[in-house]
Amino acid sequence: MYRYDEFDHSLVKERVEQFRGQVARRLDGDITEDEFKPIRLMNGLYLQLHAYMLRVAVPYGTLSSKQLRKLADIARKYDRGYGHFTTRQNLQYNWPALKDVPAILDELASVEMHCIQTSGNCIRNVTSDQYAGAAKDEVEDPRIISEVIRQWSTFHPEFSFLPRKFKIAVSGTEADRAAIKVHDIGIQIVTNDKGEVGYQVYVGGGLGRTPMIGKKIGDFVPKADLLAYLEAVMRVYNMNGRRDNLYKSRIKILVHEIGAEEMQRQVEEEFAEIRKTGALNLPQDEIDRIKAYFADPAFEDLSDDAAELDAAIAADKGFAHWVKNNTAAHKKPGYAIVNISLKPIGGTPGDCSADQMDAVAALAEKYSFDELRVTHEQNLTLAHVRKADLKAVYDALKAADLATANVNLITDQIACPGLDYCNLANARSIPIAQEISNRFADIERQHDIGELKINTSGCINACGHHHVGHIGILGVDKKGVEYYQVTLGGSADENTAIGDILGPAFTEQEIPDAIEKIVKIYLDTRQDGERFIDTYRRVGIQPFKENVYEAH
Amino acid sequence: MAQHTRKGAKEQALTANRLIDGVVVYLTADGKLSESLQDAEVAEGKEAAEALLTRATPFVDANEIIEPYLFAVELEDGRIRAVSVRETIRQAGPTVRLDLGKQAELADVHG
Repeated sequence: MYRYDEFDHSLVKERVEQFRGQVARRLDGDITEDEFKPIRLMNGLYLQLHAYMLRVAVPYGTLSSKQLRKLADIARKYDRGYGHFTTRQNLQYNWPALKDVPAILDELASVEMHCIQTSGNCIRNVTSDQYAGAAKDEVEDPRIISEVIRQWSTFHPEFSFLPRKFKIAVSGTEADRAAIKVHDIGIQIVTNDKGEVGYQVYVGGGLGRTPMIGKKIGDFVPKADLLAYLEAVMRVYNMNGRRDNLYKSRIKILVHEIGAEEMQRQVEEEFAEIRKTGALNLPQDEIDRIKAYFADPAFEDLSDDAAELDAAIAADKGFAHWVKNNTAAHKKPGYAIVNISLKPIGGTPGDCSADQMDAVAALAEKYSFDELRVTHEQNLTLAHVRKADLKAVYDALKAADLATANVNLITDQIACPGLDYCNLANARSIPIAQEISNRFADIERQHDIGELKINTSGCINACGHHHVGHIGILGVDKKGVEYYQVTLGGSADENTAIGDILGPAFTEQEIPDAIEKIVKIYLDTRQDGERFIDTYRRVGIQPFKENVYEAH
Repeated sequence: MAQHTRKGAKEQALTANRLIDGVVVYLTADGKLSESLQDAEVAEGKEAAEALLTRATPFVDANEIIEPYLFAVELEDGRIRAVSVRETIRQAGPTVRLDLGKQAELADVHG
């Protein structure tokens, strides 16, 4: 796993000291709020409804046990005993006091963490696949180039005042678990005919007010040229992105307005210029140095035979459900990937108490080579667990209320903080997710329904990824009353799609029944082996439109 | 940001966040800041509301509060109630964590 070198460490330490001075000057009144606000935002500190909110970067979602324990400590010492994992694979504290933030940043720096690139119009924290280094069909560990991009983009002077924020996601497998096509840049790691590893580059994806699917402009960017190519994209965006209109300032609008072909032409032109100097040529030894950080841990040579596991599954129905839903195939025989659901029935998606963080840290330490992942679907992942240890891991998770066996099922919902916490929200998200979760609590029923992703956002900014939920729910404010608009058919995987609006919005009370009707139509219509999204793609929105709104 | 108050709101109060810790506060009739909406001064009509907003300036200048604004309230049996869901949540706490926020700290927070 990546370790900070001397350079990073001093950079972060200096940044904390600067911020300590800035906070002191703000509290003394030496600088105004107008002067201070951009500074605090650059350090991940927002002002929300009830308090400040501190967003901690978790680069490409990877954490060590020690780091997670530190996050738990901070939650207890400076916050209210919990944290919230977000769709950006980050962690947010909802209640920090401004006066305590320099001390929190000190604590974070002690475990090589910080809040840099979690706010502002810069290249944000790079996100990636939670199965990195463990997935069976991976071309290359996506964390290697995620880390290269992180090092290149951190405090890059040319990209510290972009027209708007900029998000990059990387996938190393064809199955996309990082939603790369709804990012400003999505990178798909591929091989060419010669077996060389390179990158497909998608630009102009995004959610928010104007959802767009990224367009492929780079078919095979060679490894050594990746940063030169990304710099070319950034430069075209920096020159031509709209700075006059906040709603049109993301690269997706630029790509939409000039077209993918013209975008590609401009990027290629810039790319050719950058390549002439050769300054951004990525040396192989530097790639190798970073690659070594993400080398396989010391896997044992195990048999994939799992007689003990099979016996445990047969003996414990709860465990059987959990193995079925929350574990995934690992590249090494005898190992499994474990997904830890942060979606207990009726709970808040993504919330994790300090005690639960400690419990997961202990499990990661004991059973998964001392590290874990945060997923953009607001769950946690232990990437490398021996199959023989699955029962012990399950039992420990159960004791920590973390064994909900619902990953990818209807109660495994994404929800933004919504109006319960967020200053931008128009409506609440969490209670909607909770009501749906309670309605579909029965695990047998969830299994019968199968894979179904419901995503809820409390405003059009779409932090809850509602556009790409199989069922998307968007909270809106109508004359002071919360209403919820439903979309169907969205998807954030390798077949990315933006959902279609079903019809008139529902009240909070009507939403669970509306979801119930949508699910019933799917169950009545599906053919053998079809998931919700498959049925939707086959039959379209009409049967849902016709039946959901019909009078009782 | 969600709309705080609507045109034609008859009664308004002034809220802000405390600089040092972000806690929600309200401007009171005796020129202080209170954590309880029940202590807030209620301005009736446009002129009184504008005067209330002006009275927040010294607190901003003294670096005690940030982002002051007016929001619609109504009086019911002598209690002050926020009109919007947003301000109700802001003055009480998250509806999904009743153990947190002012609802956990102040008595009778919902008025």
